[in-house]
Amino acid sequence: MQSLIIHSPILAIAIPLLAAFLTPLIGKFSSKARDIVVIVALAVTEFLVLILARDIYASGLHVYTLGALSPTLATPENFMIPVRIVLEVDAMSVFMGIISATVALAAAIYSISFMKRETGGTKFYTLLLLLTVGMIGLEFTGDLFNMFIFLEILSISGAALAGFRIRYADAIEGGFKYLVISAIGALVVLFAVGIFYGQYNLLNIAALAKVMQYTSLDQLALVLLIMAFGMKLASVPMHMWAPDTYSVAPAGTTPMIYVASQACLYALIRICFTLYGVTMNTSTIGWIIIVLGVLSMFIGVTVAVKQTDIKRLMAYHAISQSGYMLLGIGVGIAVLADPVALAAYGKTAISGGIFHIVNNALYKGLLFLTAEALFFSLGTRDLNKMGGMARNMKYTTIFFIIGALAISGIPPFNGFTSKLMIYESVYQFSPLLAVIAMLVSILTLASFTKAFQSAFTGPALPQYNNVKEVPKPMLIGMGILAVLIVFFSLFPNLVVNTIVNPATDSLINQAGYISSVMGGL
Amino acid sequence: MMSKIVRTITNLFTPFIFMFGLYVIIHGHITPGGGFQGGAVFASGIALLIVAFNSKKVQKHLKEHHLSIIESSGALMFIGLAFAGLAFTFFFNILIGSPIFGQIPPEGSNPGFIWTAGVIPLMNIAVGLKVIAGLSAIVLVMALSSSNVRIEE
Repeated sequence: MQSLIIHSPILAIAIPLLAAFLTPLIGKFSSKARDIVVIVALAVTEFLVLILARDIYASGLHVYTLGALSPTLATPENFMIPVRIVLEVDAMSVFMGIISATVALAAAIYSISFMKRETGGTKFYTLLLLLTVGMIGLEFTGDLFNMFIFLEILSISGAALAGFRIRYADAIEGGFKYLVISAIGALVVLFAVGIFYGQYNLLNIAALAKVMQYTSLDQLALVLLIMAFGMKLASVPMHMWAPDTYSVAPAGTTPMIYVASQACLYALIRICFTLYGVTMNTSTIGWIIIVLGVLSMFIGVTVAVKQTDIKRLMAYHAISQSGYMLLGIGVGIAVLADPVALAAYGKTAISGGIFHIVNNALYKGLLFLTAEALFFSLGTRDLNKMGGMARNMKYTTIFFIIGALAISGIPPFNGFTSKLMIYESVYQFSPLLAVIAMLVSILTLASFTKAFQSAFTGPALPQYNNVKEVPKPMLIGMGILAVLIVFFSLFPNLVVNTIVNPATDSLINQAGYISSVMGGL
Repeated sequence: MMSKIVRTITNLFTPFIFMFGLYVIIHGHITPGGGFQGGAVFASGIALLIVAFNSKKVQKHLKEHHLSIIESSGALMFIGLAFAGLAFTFFFNILIGSPIFGQIPPEGSNPGFIWTAGVIPLMNIAVGLKVIAGLSAIVLVMALSSSNVRIEE
């Protein structure tokens, strides 16, 4: 068990990768065996991430060096710098890892019955597993170049998944847009990594953070990184790909592509807090991120209100919700250099932003899955053509209500808790920002009331008389997320204290991150 | 199908292209190149065959079905070698000091000892297999679909 915990950072990446290459072989013989392999691999990944998380909360962060004599030997003998591939998993990384693994598991279970209608299932599962590899790798890596590699894995598999149903023209468009945006983003990241390597001859995040000078080249690199990851996160004004891509991605993969965007948010946070930390001009960078957040929040929700395509509507809400996270984290960055303000409200703001990531992954994931369930049963995503579905699809209706109440921040749901944390702390920083955030929350409620009313209530429509509830695996996939939402809503204190606050502390603790790799050097 | 001159030259050339591709793969750890580069050279030989003869004729001897099995096996072999080091760490070079590729070369310039570097040559071979199969399949499928052949999933 102990050695399993020691090796769990790499196993959480390697096992889905192994399964991704096994599925094409097994898929040739039996599609049932293939489905089982996929689910088992993702369940094992989830288990590994959970035991790793338990150990990190108990005894601090984990360093794993690939190819070394022992996993903690980051700097080889006779070397002053870490030259090997290093994974560095702290409370924040593992927090994101839990989200990715959980959503991937729910999405894969949800996809099983869905894929019976489609051809090319083997390729679908290979891509789904590779997307999981990309997300977890991006979150666990301690090395900038590997961050780029995993970003590429995540982007290419995500683009292929988004364009999976090639019989629809809009699917090809959505997939292609995602591919172009990702390719540009990844190249910009590579350019920034090149800038660091040219200046410092280093790629390891901890080693770079230790010698970071914040020269004008570093400033350029920071701008490039914020732009690239902001683009992948679909923050306004770089959001144009998100509605097209999220609305066409098949079945369970929409939540996964969404969580992949959150992984890019993690990369942005990691770079701001750990790589640059207080060496950068924190209040300017903080305000830039706040402005990106407020724009995303407000423009996302105002465009969402008038959508009639249910998945496009949710995609615009996804943009708007990312704004909350950027707002919370931006406030945290803005006061990072000021210990008094950081203790007074900065930490709460960061915790609120981080807590919103997990809440959002859960309820947004659930809502995307219910929208896909409607599409699965009705064959349309147009809200104007739906109606009275609460009669035919009871469970889906319940799941939709849970998700909609949570996203609108209705107490006692989990969306309320994280939004309240953001409101409170942001109000102390700048009252106007908190007022905008509340307004956005009201608009969110308005648009979900509309979506609920037109899809689920109203008279029964004759053309949908034969529509039945979706198959069991889809319900199980949605159920996993719904149960987690209810749990998070009932015990917000427990969740904040066990997983959110350690993540915030580890983000702020830049020195701890550096010394665990660099040791006494 | 192209003219007789092209086909004759292709027949003469392809064995050498294949041989050079395999050479680059196997010597990946001591000379420039490696699995990817050698695999690409090898696959370019296949591309030459497809251009000179036509894709349907090549398809008779080279099925996409088999190529995808080889591709997955290459990837599995690579990740399997990485898993083999798990007694120490993932990717640990277990073959150093063993009779297979285990020799440690003397310091200083040397003509190149092939029997060295542990798992790295094996990983080059695994990557080489994957790239040969993958690139050949891509070229073949593109050629087939441009000549309007329906390809099963």
